[in-house]
Amino acid sequence: MSSMLGRRAETQTQLDPHWKGILECAAIEVFGMMANAELRVPAEQPEQPQGEQTAMVGLAGALCGMITVRCRKEAAVKLATQMLGEDAKSNPSMVGDALGELCNMVAGNFKSKITSLADHCMMSVPTVIWGEDYVMQTVQPNSGFQFALEYEGFPVWFSLVTHT
Amino acid sequence: MGKLRVLIVDDSSVMRKIVERSLRQAGLDLGEVLEAGNGAEALAEVNKGKFDLILSDINMPAMDGLEFLKNLAKVESAKGTPVVMITTEGSEARVVEALSVGAKGYIRKPFTPEQVKERVTPLLRGGQ
Repeated sequence: MSSMLGRRAETQTQLDPHWKGILECAAIEVFGMMANAELRVPAEQPEQPQGEQTAMVGLAGALCGMITVRCRKEAAVKLATQMLGEDAKSNPSMVGDALGELCNMVAGNFKSKITSLADHCMMSVPTVIWGEDYVMQTVQPNSGFQFALEYEGFPVWFSLVTHT
Repeated sequence: MGKLRVLIVDDSSVMRKIVERSLRQAGLDLGEVLEAGNGAEALAEVNKGKFDLILSDINMPAMDGLEFLKNLAKVESAKGTPVVMITTEGSEARVVEALSVGAKGYIRKPFTPEQVKERVTPLLRGGQ
């Protein structure tokens, strides 16, 4: 364990400002290919992340942190239906699992596009939060970014928070 | 060739459904499609009957995809059954290892039904 941590410290990768564009591209690819959902860059960024469903995937190794995807329930149901069929409409568990899997694939696609992370960064299984009334606190010091893409009129929020 | 008997191995039930939908959308003539949540469950299915195609995730609890491949090589009735790995992994090393222990190909997520067809069809007997 200690040797793993030592190795991690040697190869720790710092947040790069270009990663925002890479995460955006990873998200557009995953939603397009796996959910047949077209994500667009909105003319104007909404002010605050909103939505009753949040999926998150932890990162460890060369990059320690978390990638999240958040959206309104209606958007999550629509996405799940496009991925899994009409059954998802009446099955909240399928909706949560679908958003978790999308988050997992966005995180995997994101790290595969960055050479220094591809082989040196592990991902956790996805976790899904239901509800809006929460605050996510990550270990300090941290840095990161967030942005929204538009899916059929709904904002879908993506964030990367890294422990620095 | 008759309808394909397929085994899909993934710890995510969502991903198992997506893979099955992709196979159908790709136009493959599917017969029985069975699912397993990890390598150990998959081995149990393989020991019960023969498959025309196995699609497997790499990262899974209990028994991962690489361990599954190593164990599958010991099952006489599974000899010749093509296994295609499906992975989110950015890690080339894991994919190379999978290919070295018996996988016939791999599909990286995200994927389209067309990509699934491209990777899978040449591996099927009769090239469906």
